[in-house]
Amino acid sequence: MRSTPRSIPRSKKGDSPGWKFILPSLVLLGLIGLPILALAWKAANISIIPFAFTESAISALKLSLVTSTVCVVVSILTGTPLAYIQAHWSFRGKAFLDVLVDLPIVLPPSVAGIALLMAFGREGLFGDWLNILGVSIPFTTVAVVMAQVFVSAPFLVRSARIGFASIDPQLDEAAKVEGASTWHVFQHIMLPLASRALMTGIILSWTRALGEFGATLLFAGNLEGKTQTMPLAIYVGFEQGLGIALVLSVVLLAVSFVLLVVLRRLELQNQH
Amino acid sequence: MNTIKGTILFILLVPLITFACEPILNKITAAQNVIEPSSPSMTRTRTLTVFAAASLTDAFKEIGAEFETQNPGVRVNLNFAGSQILRMQLEQGARADIFASADHKNMDALAAENLIIPNSYQDFTTNRLIVILPPENPGKLENLDDLSKPNLKLILADPSVPAGNYARQVLTRMSEDPVYGENFASAVLANLVSNETDVRQVVTKVELGEADAGIVYLSDVIAIPGLGTITIPERFNIIAQYPIGILSTSPNPDLAKEYLAYVFSPAGQGILEKWGFTARE
Repeated sequence: MRSTPRSIPRSKKGDSPGWKFILPSLVLLGLIGLPILALAWKAANISIIPFAFTESAISALKLSLVTSTVCVVVSILTGTPLAYIQAHWSFRGKAFLDVLVDLPIVLPPSVAGIALLMAFGREGLFGDWLNILGVSIPFTTVAVVMAQVFVSAPFLVRSARIGFASIDPQLDEAAKVEGASTWHVFQHIMLPLASRALMTGIILSWTRALGEFGATLLFAGNLEGKTQTMPLAIYVGFEQGLGIALVLSVVLLAVSFVLLVVLRRLELQNQH
Repeated sequence: MNTIKGTILFILLVPLITFACEPILNKITAAQNVIEPSSPSMTRTRTLTVFAAASLTDAFKEIGAEFETQNPGVRVNLNFAGSQILRMQLEQGARADIFASADHKNMDALAAENLIIPNSYQDFTTNRLIVILPPENPGKLENLDDLSKPNLKLILADPSVPAGNYARQVLTRMSEDPVYGENFASAVLANLVSNETDVRQVVTKVELGEADAGIVYLSDVIAIPGLGTITIPERFNIIAQYPIGILSTSPNPDLAKEYLAYVFSPAGQGILEKWGFTARE
């Protein structure tokens, strides 16, 4: 693994060639780009595109868009204050809190699904309390959103936390000297200054929520129109032949792509 | 820079240590096996890959282990999933020697694509369906009629999964009986909360108590003593035929034939019966 610069012949004069950067990058780009290209290519060659927009495909698409949007709204409303606390407050157990919130990023989604069942399932830790209230969460659309928030909100929190932390604390102090309340400072100084980081967080968590599969399958199950989101429809769509799964995949790819582009534009506008 | 190097080294070390430990782990597992292979150095290790329906999990694990002890130097690799997923994987070029499906539909599809050696395709066992309930029976089900009770939570395998398809056939047959009435199937399906992608997922979720009932194979409940069950009478029940076949791309067709012979032998059929399957008629 150790590189010996002297043994590598330098091409042309002086500066080392850009190949050391380009070649490894090409390997990764090939690994990411070729499958996506192949997916689009294969789907374009299949003459069953009209079949892709079956009732179940459309209801899966709708459900995915609705649940991921609700998920992002919930993540923004709860994640932004949490990120602010993490960035600007100091208290005991803060390091533990940071790790806890980041945990879902590295956790396999299937673990997330089992964890959610163990907590909020009918026989889960809080199942009895929920039963008393007459609430049963698994196999509902609420469960879909909960699974999505679990796996995707940490992306937003992490990004927002970095955004808030990079703001000069003196700004905060100065504003308070002027008599501004904490909430006022948050709303009028912190939020605008961290908006770019927030936008990045929203992009990441929205697309992650849109692609959520493992936790949803375990915690929310798979029922058309209620809990069957696009990724689940694609997985189950195998049976109807590869064609439909392929076209559905391309639809999801296109939706994710458009979402990324739109949000990136927003992000750029915010910069100015 | 040193931190990065250290991290990379650490990441590389993990699989290395795992590999290094493998002989030790093998020795530990070998020590637990009573029968030692007689002359391991004489035979080269050959690997037989078996793709089997999720419902065959327990039975085929045991058959695979028995086959390994009878044939020193042979390793049986098992891949369990819904039959429709295995078929999909095989169609996409997955390498395997044997495919055991929970229905004819998926095996026929592979045979039609010339992926199965024609004379190797035959039924090797049958299975029946049963209604399962969580240990505490939260839905208070007492008979099959209770499946249509409103607000019940029922889980089935997806219609694309053989077990899910059979379960719906059972409901249709029951609807044809005036005792249950023609609306029975639709009333039961109105209680459906999830279509699982393989039959074992149905078992797990009912076992966890997340649903009030599920319809699975008889062979699925043998391994789980706590579950409540409601028997489905013969006149409504589906006798699921399980076919097995050798892939035409099999790297070890001769070894695959021996495996098939073992599955059909009294010993193999005995293991299947032990796990709730019914021997061939």
